[in-house]
Amino acid sequence: MYPNDFRYTKEHEWIKVAGDEALVGITDFAQHQLGDIIYVELPPVGKELALRQSLSVVESVKSVSDVYAPISGQVVAVNDELAQTADLVNKDPHGKGWIVRLKVKDKKEVDGLMTAGDYEKFLEGLEH
Amino acid sequence: MKKTRFNELHKKLGGKMIEFCGWEMPVEYSGIIPEHMAVRTRAGLFDVSHMGEVLITGKQALAYVQWLTPNDAARLAPGQVQYTALMTPESTFVDDMLVYCIGPEEYFLVVNAANVDKDFAWIAGHTKGFDVEVENQSDGYSQLALQGPLAEKMLQPLTGIDLAGMKSFHWAKGKVVGKDCLVSRTGYTGEDGFEIYTTDPDPGIIWTTLIENGTPLGLLPIGLGARDTLRLESKLMLYGNDISDKTTVLEADLKWIVKLQKGDFLGRPVVEKQLAEGLKRKLAGFELAEPGVARPHYPVYVKGQKVSEVASGTFSPLLKKAIGLVYLPIEATAVGTEFEIEIRTKRIKARVIPTPFYKRADKK
Repeated sequence: MYPNDFRYTKEHEWIKVAGDEALVGITDFAQHQLGDIIYVELPPVGKELALRQSLSVVESVKSVSDVYAPISGQVVAVNDELAQTADLVNKDPHGKGWIVRLKVKDKKEVDGLMTAGDYEKFLEGLEH
Repeated sequence: MKKTRFNELHKKLGGKMIEFCGWEMPVEYSGIIPEHMAVRTRAGLFDVSHMGEVLITGKQALAYVQWLTPNDAARLAPGQVQYTALMTPESTFVDDMLVYCIGPEEYFLVVNAANVDKDFAWIAGHTKGFDVEVENQSDGYSQLALQGPLAEKMLQPLTGIDLAGMKSFHWAKGKVVGKDCLVSRTGYTGEDGFEIYTTDPDPGIIWTTLIENGTPLGLLPIGLGARDTLRLESKLMLYGNDISDKTTVLEADLKWIVKLQKGDFLGRPVVEKQLAEGLKRKLAGFELAEPGVARPHYPVYVKGQKVSEVASGTFSPLLKKAIGLVYLPIEATAVGTEFEIEIRTKRIKARVIPTPFYKRADKK
């Protein structure tokens, strides 16, 4: 379910590092909690994000939820497809439903995040 | 938390349970959008047992209902139902409700879950001078709603009541899946459909039989999430959002439930005053002109001035746009008027549009 080459946060974001850039999205658990997603507010390309700064807002029919930067860095790209098809986040949260691509500033921030195994354990704890 | 008699069945169907007005209720099963569309195109089954039921009986039952409400209950024959309000002397809302005429000395009131205790205290507290008895029967009742264009087709094989012969806002008593029920052609979705009341202590078989028989025809169980999007598309009021003890019946754009020719009733002098002087504000429907969703309590600006907050607001699964209701200064309520809603830190353009946002084509 949760890819081994991703890292995860307690707020249910994922990050996939490739070279000095990283894709960021929300996890399958998060999309399931939100329900039908209808709108994703995207940041401007070029924006500098501090660690834990809100980078996007995801609206489902019933609620609205912030997505926080798992690491600090500059936004180098956003997933423009979400403007028309926000439900990609529901359908393919770990793939086509990515939200932004960041320039990694400090690799140590990535190392501090949860592995897939850690995240799955963390989710088990939430259900009890 | 209180549980309805269908609680375990919701959990078996994968209902996501939340606390609502002290009740553990399903907010969604398969998702708000698929549930919403099932009701618009096929049918949906709701557990609405959290609603309250109050019985008024006695020689002056009709006179008392007439005193408490602005609509004309004298127009009801036994077998008919009416949408009306419990009104304060200020012509604001204690609640909105359905009144069922059971007989000339018997009226059955169905009120909102959030207001049951307050409503009953209000109803029991104003009986002075009326020869009536009032009884809060809420705990004894379970209520299901079967809503959607296929509702009649799904329910008819399970009941001896002639549903084809039942007009909108009419009711009849009879068996449903062998259980004694009161069935009315009413609902809170804007679709054709029925509300099924029973005092049977073990009514689960009604739910399970409807689900089993209806599923092949596209029936889905529906949670509170889609109940809200469905009612808002049809501009059906939600107490606490669109109407309250701070909003008058005329401001809520519910003049059609006010029948002045019927005689005196609580709040009437304020209604007459507002009719004579005109309204300062009114509930209007809007759509967003930009992407986003305007949710309740978001600040609303007309010509740069904060005038109110969003009353109800959501994404309409049918119209695929953000819609809502808001109290606007009367001069800003004309269709086409543009104003702004603050969504997080940005002011987003909105415009007044005609309501209801959705009306079914075959309305009976």
